[in-house]
Amino acid sequence: MARTVWDSTVGKKAVMAVSGLIMLLYLVVHMIGNLKIFFGPGEFNHYAHWLRTVGEPFMHHEWTLWLVRVVLVVAVVAHAVSAYQLSRRDIKARPSKYVHSKPRASYATRTMRWGGIILALFIVWHVLDLTTGHVHSGGFESGKPYQNVVDTFSTWYGNAVYIVAMLAVGLHIRHGFWSAAQTLGVGSRTRDRALKTVANVLALLLTAGFLAVPVGVMTQVVS
Amino acid sequence: MKLTLRVWRQKNADADGTMSTYEVDGISPDMSFLEMLDTLNEELILKGEDPVAFDHDCREGICGACSLVINGDAHGPERTTTCQLHMRSFRDGDTIDVEPWRASAFPVVKDLVVDRSAFDRIIQAGGYITAPTGSAPEAHATPVPKPDADFAFEHAECIGCGACVAACPNGAAMLFTSAKVNHLNVLPQGAPERETRVLDMVAQMDEEGFGGCTLAGECATACPKGIPLTSITGMNKEWLRATRKAAKR
Amino acid sequence: MTSYTAYATGEPVADTKAPAGPVHERWDRRRFEAKLVNPANRRKHTVIVVGTGLAGGSAGATLAEQGYHVVQFCYQDSPRRAHSIAAQGGINAAKNYRNDGDSIHRLFYDTVKGGDFRARESNVHRLAQISVEIIDQCVAQGVPFAREYGGLLDTRSFGGVQVSRTFYARGQTGQQLLLGAYQALSRQIAAGNVELHPRTEMLDLIVIDGRARGIVARDLVTGRIDTYFADAVVLATGGYGNVFYLSTNAMNSNATAVWRAHRRGAYFANPCFTQIHPTCIPRTGDHQSKLTLMSESLRNDGRIWVPKAKGDTRPPNLIPEDERDYYLERIYPSFGNLVPRDIASRAAKNVCDEGRGVGPGGQGVYLDFADAIKRMGRKAVEARYGNLFDMYQRITDEDPYEVPMRIYPAVHYTMGGLWVDYDLQTTVPGLFAIGEANFSDHGANRLGASALMQGLADGYFVVPATVNDYLARTPQQQEVTEDHPVVQEVLAETQDRLNLLLSVDGDRTPDSFHRELGEVMWEFCGMARTDSGLRKALERIPQIREEFWRRIKVPGTGEEFNQSLEKANRIVDYLELAELMCLDALHRAESCGGHFREESQTPDGEAARRDEEFSYAAAWEFTGTGEAPVLHKEDLVFEYVHPTQRSYA
Repeated sequence: MARTVWDSTVGKKAVMAVSGLIMLLYLVVHMIGNLKIFFGPGEFNHYAHWLRTVGEPFMHHEWTLWLVRVVLVVAVVAHAVSAYQLSRRDIKARPSKYVHSKPRASYATRTMRWGGIILALFIVWHVLDLTTGHVHSGGFESGKPYQNVVDTFSTWYGNAVYIVAMLAVGLHIRHGFWSAAQTLGVGSRTRDRALKTVANVLALLLTAGFLAVPVGVMTQVVS
Repeated sequence: MKLTLRVWRQKNADADGTMSTYEVDGISPDMSFLEMLDTLNEELILKGEDPVAFDHDCREGICGACSLVINGDAHGPERTTTCQLHMRSFRDGDTIDVEPWRASAFPVVKDLVVDRSAFDRIIQAGGYITAPTGSAPEAHATPVPKPDADFAFEHAECIGCGACVAACPNGAAMLFTSAKVNHLNVLPQGAPERETRVLDMVAQMDEEGFGGCTLAGECATACPKGIPLTSITGMNKEWLRATRKAAKR
Repeated sequence: MTSYTAYATGEPVADTKAPAGPVHERWDRRRFEAKLVNPANRRKHTVIVVGTGLAGGSAGATLAEQGYHVVQFCYQDSPRRAHSIAAQGGINAAKNYRNDGDSIHRLFYDTVKGGDFRARESNVHRLAQISVEIIDQCVAQGVPFAREYGGLLDTRSFGGVQVSRTFYARGQTGQQLLLGAYQALSRQIAAGNVELHPRTEMLDLIVIDGRARGIVARDLVTGRIDTYFADAVVLATGGYGNVFYLSTNAMNSNATAVWRAHRRGAYFANPCFTQIHPTCIPRTGDHQSKLTLMSESLRNDGRIWVPKAKGDTRPPNLIPEDERDYYLERIYPSFGNLVPRDIASRAAKNVCDEGRGVGPGGQGVYLDFADAIKRMGRKAVEARYGNLFDMYQRITDEDPYEVPMRIYPAVHYTMGGLWVDYDLQTTVPGLFAIGEANFSDHGANRLGASALMQGLADGYFVVPATVNDYLARTPQQQEVTEDHPVVQEVLAETQDRLNLLLSVDGDRTPDSFHRELGEVMWEFCGMARTDSGLRKALERIPQIREEFWRRIKVPGTGEEFNQSLEKANRIVDYLELAELMCLDALHRAESCGGHFREESQTPDGEAARRDEEFSYAAAWEFTGTGEAPVLHKEDLVFEYVHPTQRSYA
């Protein structure tokens, strides 16, 4: 079955849909966690610490966190590889362009592709910045996420990169969520409007929720 | 009306193509687009030039032969087939670009004519109900609920013109394939082959080199018969269901 | 060279295949008497099927199911595009689901009567019998016929009959039935039982030792001319309405296959029986390349009228009720707007000839839905005819919900075709003709929704049984190869013809000749024909033909995709067939069905048949281009439906 799914364009899209939904779920949790920054360093740092102890004593320290990380990495890789392979195929299926081209014809497809590339690059930067600290702008301290976040958003480029990426997230979810529903066959004529609304609301909430943090830092609500 | 046409000319499948410019005059707004091309061709023949090759047959919008991309739109600006597009949709003095369907699964035969036999092979892979002649039960033996019959009809309307592929940024044949899958899979008569049909047709579709679906929706916008985008959703559902069932066997 | 009109009358022809006995037992008996080919041996037999419409598609699929090796051809890029796809209205079947008094016998009776007593009873009865099985077959294939809320099949009534026996799939019945046959054929292609040659056009027939053994065909993409051999050849290439240039046929529908078969010895029967369909969209100008039909089902609810006064140019909604002439309801009170096609067409021509026609050039009559919309509401009208209304609006830019449609008759179907016996075999053994390509079932006029029925009956049920019998009875045939002298000769003739077309390099396009021929045919061999008119046409046609070979210009070469060459080559055959049509129309000095001779009408202007002289099918034998053909008469015997003067009043 795995072979059938992976070898088919329809199956590969289903892989993208499922991995995308996993990431979407993660983003929702992530965003809610982020908002705790508005309750001050104590609560935020405590929350970050709790992430490492979730599931104890059944789970060993950081096991749950690593489990989530593994699932996420699998999802990201599956999503990206599928997207890459499908895009290659799509481009090959339409080798010559129309002389009289219509830009709208590929709007959704292009935003998904470019958005996906932007997000992939962002994830790398984001992990190096706030998880490992390799490219962090201030003095990175692994036990003090509150300060690390404030440091990142105190630089203009930190804000710029983040804001662009979050707008890309919004656009990606807007088409991606609805698209995933179609790919998994749950869309229908009667549900179409509901699905589009949910997609738009999710996109808006997540973008706004994530952007609240840099805006908070910039306006010194968080410092 | 007087018009400037820029038409894709390509001698054969192996030759390179290019856009050539022609002027046509005395075009009546009541002419169909193909009659306008007829007028051009009559002039070209008398001038000793090669007339523009294009596919056409019934000129009633049902055979699915005509296949022109006009100003970047498959079948032109109206939601219909090229043969049912009339010159009143254009204005005097317009410049009109005419191109063939472009997709690697639809290689150009000559000028505006493309080879769409990939569609036939998708149907051959499973787009039928096995009902050898003489084996049929009485027609009223199996009533079909009207909504199902209407649903089947709506998808059976596909004329196989290929506008969906032409319009799709990925050159995908999902709308064409899904229309047939939905038509046959909803009917009780189609149930015994429900799973193999969708699996085999999708496999053939991939085999032919069509692109994948990014749900851009251009196919459904271009479809002269109004096959809805939800048709693709329906096929995805059928495909996942069939894959799960096949795994259980 | 004798004058073309000085034809000789040869030996009569007769069908020898229909068994004697009661008409309703003949088909069963014939099937029982037919010899069978051992299933294991069928693979060794090749059957060529030309055409992939309802008749050809269903024949190819069924013969392949039976185990024969089928080699099939179509000029289109896909078998799914054959012109059967454009049939709108429906398909008749004597199911009597409505319990409204229908029966096989009634369908048989209606078809013989509708054909104005010029069809063979045995064939028509078989058609009526098989009609019932066709619906079963199509439903099993997944054809999405219209259904009622209870889930059962819906039917409607159709021109010329008083029972509701027409099954339909909105206004696209032909499309849905054709796709059913196409899908069945596709299944056989995938199984390797059918070898399909799309974009390949038959250009000649190969007859060896008196039997059809193959065809010559041109690959329309590469221009390559090839020969294909078989043990039997089935022609399912449709009608020849395109002789008229303007018709409802597809642009590329043509008569080449049947005409070439005729030249090789197959008799051509009743060529003058053409059907003019009453409900087409009027032409808009000289640029017109084809005419679009609108389903006759529109006549169920629409009312046909013209102004009472000549030259009344007021818009239709400003013409008060008492100044309108609902002429069909007036002249034929019991059938009203539902009279058969030939009668409706001629009535439209008459009122237009009187100067009461509407629209540009006065070549149109109104088909008004105002009353229907008032009676059942716009929604119900939309549900029934929505797609037709949309089509009309797209073509004319007028909204038929607001303004009455304008309609005018147009050439639509040809009842004539290759003469065939009960087995659908032509006078060339091993050559079968099915569907519109033969002359068999509709006599001088076809009833609405009967063409689909005949195509599928011939293809699914009749020809598979009779080809079987032919192959079983034919002694082992020698294998034919390309170097056979006959094959070489046919190949050379084909090549020469194309080379000649390419080499004339004159100053007129193929279309200009086609249009000129069409105008002659429409004027003199159209809705009303006269002795003097037909003689004029017979004078003109050879002149056009002579000019054609002098002035034709075909650009390009024969070794490439060349649509001008395809067209020109088809016109070569139209130019000969047209002559035969006019001669047939001239010789049949009676009116019957679609053939209306002005000299033969009743005092009130209705068609007057002359049974004592013309109760026969005229089968013509070819003797040479422009040479008088030989007439062979098949006497028609009516044992069950006794000829009466048709009356729809």
